[in-house]
Amino acid sequence: MSKTSRTGITMPAQAQKDSIIEIRAIAQHDMETGYRYSEDGKRIPRDIIRLFTCQYNGEEVFRMDFYPGIGANPLIVFTTVAVASGTLEFKWVGDDGYEAVNHAQIIVS
Amino acid sequence: MTDVQLNSNTTKPSRRRYLSALGLLGLSSWMIPSWVVAKKPEAMEAIAKIVGSNSIRDGRVKLIIPPLVESGNLVVLKLAVESPMTANDYVKAVHVIAEGNPLPNIFTAYFTPRSGRADLTTRVRLADSQRVWAIAQMSDGSFWQGYADTLVTLSACTELV
Repeated sequence: MSKTSRTGITMPAQAQKDSIIEIRAIAQHDMETGYRYSEDGKRIPRDIIRLFTCQYNGEEVFRMDFYPGIGANPLIVFTTVAVASGTLEFKWVGDDGYEAVNHAQIIVS
Repeated sequence: MTDVQLNSNTTKPSRRRYLSALGLLGLSSWMIPSWVVAKKPEAMEAIAKIVGSNSIRDGRVKLIIPPLVESGNLVVLKLAVESPMTANDYVKAVHVIAEGNPLPNIFTAYFTPRSGRADLTTRVRLADSQRVWAIAQMSDGSFWQGYADTLVTLSACTELV
């Protein structure tokens, strides 16, 4: 797997104050489990994303640890409270120096 | 003398060998390498590691996976924990443990009061027909559990590339 890959965030651009918004995050990643063998009998080493975090204006609101049990191209749908306008930062960290960062803006009225 | 006997009825040993080979072939399909499927105790151990000396109560955690799954490679898993999600009373973390996976841990999600709801949807791998557990850790230190059973027709993580 490469050092980074395509990741995407889907969330509303505007929201009412104190309403709960739904965020969908997806990353393009093989999530190689480390339990599979190639045809010549060699074990394919584990290569997965280990950590996903979401920071809302610099404060962490959600975090998730991944294990090989997460499917390829991981998708996470979670929620947060729209407290203020600003930036949400999403970060994926994985094996072999993998890292991907997304930013999303939100206007809260 | 024995040679003569063997030569005289060569069909019998070969037939026997053929049948025994057939029997072994049948047996081999039951003999799954031990690492493919984690034993139930391993899942219990993983849960014990999370919970420590605390006791787990049933309820408050709702885990939804399809009861019948065609391919274990991508299974949609939905999770919801009953909680007011206020600053004093919220869900700290949810651990999802699969009894039949080579590594029982699937994921751990950490919520905060700012999550609003302790809801989550993701896609997981299931190696076998099994029971999947979700253990929720509340901010007051209590643990709650919920589970879902599923049948998997085509399992994940055992195939070759």
